[in-house]
Amino acid sequence: MTGQLAAGSRSADFSDVRVTRSRRNTVPSGIGALVLIVVLFALPFYVKSGPLGIMVQGLIVLTLASMWNLLAGYAGLVSVGQQAFFGLGAYFVLIPAMHGITPWFGLVIATIAAGACAVPLWWLVARLRLGYFAIATWVLASVVMLVIEQISSIGGGTGEPLPGLSGMQPAVLTAYTYWAALAVAVLAIGGVYLLLRSKIGLTLTAIRDDERAARSSGVRVGLARMGVFIAAAAGCGAAGGVLAIEQLQVVPGTSGGVFSVQWTAEMAFAVIIGGIGTIEGPILGTIVYMVLQQTLQSYNAWYLIILGVVAITIALFARRGLWGTVVDRFNIRLFPVGYHLWASGEGQRWRRRRRRPATQAAS
Amino acid sequence: MEWVNAIIQGLLTGGLYALFACGLSLMFGVMKVVNLAHGDLAVVAGYLGVGVIAVTHMPVLWTIPVVVVLMAVIGYILQRSIIQGAISRGELTTLIVTFGLSIIIENGLQQFFTANSRGLGVGDSFITASFSIGSQIIIPWLNLGIFVLAVIVLLGLNQYLSVTKYGRLIRAVADDREAAQLSGADYRHVFGIAAAIAFGTVAIAGICEGMITTISPTIGTDTILLFAFASVVIGGLGSLWGTLLGGIVLGVAQAIGAQINPSWEPLAGYAVFLLVLVIRPQGLTSRGAQA
Repeated sequence: MTGQLAAGSRSADFSDVRVTRSRRNTVPSGIGALVLIVVLFALPFYVKSGPLGIMVQGLIVLTLASMWNLLAGYAGLVSVGQQAFFGLGAYFVLIPAMHGITPWFGLVIATIAAGACAVPLWWLVARLRLGYFAIATWVLASVVMLVIEQISSIGGGTGEPLPGLSGMQPAVLTAYTYWAALAVAVLAIGGVYLLLRSKIGLTLTAIRDDERAARSSGVRVGLARMGVFIAAAAGCGAAGGVLAIEQLQVVPGTSGGVFSVQWTAEMAFAVIIGGIGTIEGPILGTIVYMVLQQTLQSYNAWYLIILGVVAITIALFARRGLWGTVVDRFNIRLFPVGYHLWASGEGQRWRRRRRRPATQAAS
Repeated sequence: MEWVNAIIQGLLTGGLYALFACGLSLMFGVMKVVNLAHGDLAVVAGYLGVGVIAVTHMPVLWTIPVVVVLMAVIGYILQRSIIQGAISRGELTTLIVTFGLSIIIENGLQQFFTANSRGLGVGDSFITASFSIGSQIIIPWLNLGIFVLAVIVLLGLNQYLSVTKYGRLIRAVADDREAAQLSGADYRHVFGIAAAIAFGTVAIAGICEGMITTISPTIGTDTILLFAFASVVIGGLGSLWGTLLGGIVLGVAQAIGAQINPSWEPLAGYAVFLLVLVIRPQGLTSRGAQA
């Protein structure tokens, strides 16, 4: 629909109407994002290994949160079983490493393989609606873990140390791990951004706003959802691979292992707190998560309990999350994926009017 | 004979799984709520049982009615406050709220009661007593008792929903809440009652689990919720008879799997679940929604 408007802007009747991606100029925020990436890239030259390790954890959660946001916020797929792909990613770094392939290249294998594993699993759960889809993905994660634990050559139920990195100096290894985590996170967020600006993004927006209307207009809902499920699995797999490198071992199991539902809890809570259905939300949510986790780290799992309480409160009383509140107040978008229709002569006066954009629903 | 024994044991365990499942089934049937905290609430009930025994020193069987009443009250309050709030904001919010509750309960229990597992009524003579048929089939009285209890609960609930006046009201609200509201029924109160019933069955399930094996904070999701869901899907959505059948099929499948290789017990159950999901997604009993 927005595409027709864009075409219409060229005809005589709408000569004074413009359609852009954002109300504001996106060049400053784009430059800001680039500067931020450069600063983050240079971080290992300035800070010690300790903070870098914390940053790696944060970047893993950021990647996971971006993927969960894509699933739940844009495709309406509330998966509680993303730990399946996270764990599979860790194992797909471990298995090649045991055959002499460097774990850094293993990350690429993990991304592709986790995405490939999502295809048969999608076929199993594709029919199920929201709530049952959620528990079914949880069951699938449990099944994946039980199957992996049966294979004794990759550690069975106890886990296996990751070979192939023992020759590196600890400080250098930490720096490399950090860069790998940063690359995965940047690619994940960039991938989500490009995906949402593409035709698939328009499809997903149509589904999110009104699934029945989208379906009856010929939108291929199932296909778009499958694409998102596979992409999110690949992203979670890459994050799991980073965890394997960071911990230098892969431990299965539901408590503390790679298949723990805690991973899905962290990504979901970060998304809800930050603001579901926006690209900026997971970033903000991850920051909140990291602050809570670091300040409460001596109190065991209390950070997760508090995070859960905050997430429930936000889900009930401020559904758009922290970033949604920012958008409502200041109308800022760092990653514009929608369109804005400018009324004639609107450009000069928007600062005083502070009106919500006409095409808010499409963003 | 070993196989017959395994199948009988699985059948009896299936009764427990049906108990796990009936609260989940009821809440979905009436409120369209998929309660992801379902299993953790059963664990809470188990710990409540431990607490009641520690304070009053009453025999474990007497704790069942006490904990059922406690959980029913908790269920009504939780439904009228948080869950009702989530329902009115949409399905996504409901899932997030119940998932959040699940994580909070599980981690909270670990903080207060450690990750150690506890048993209920250890030392009571009927917990360990059993009788045997022939030389190989040994049936513990407890397992048989839980199976009978499960059948009574599911049968009673089915009768309650189909025959009594209030049961009809619950079904009316489940079918069309606006129409029921127009006819003078306060659907929020009916939802609360349905949640109280569901939590009551969850309480029975939690205490039975504590008597038959042990309870620990992590079993809420790892076993109870997932087995309950598998039972519901195998049996067919919305039918309490189907749920009983689904629980039994799951229990028997696990027992057969364990007989082949002890580490295949949960996998064999899930294999049947996945098979049903692919071949017969409407479940083994494909009757229309009842509860």
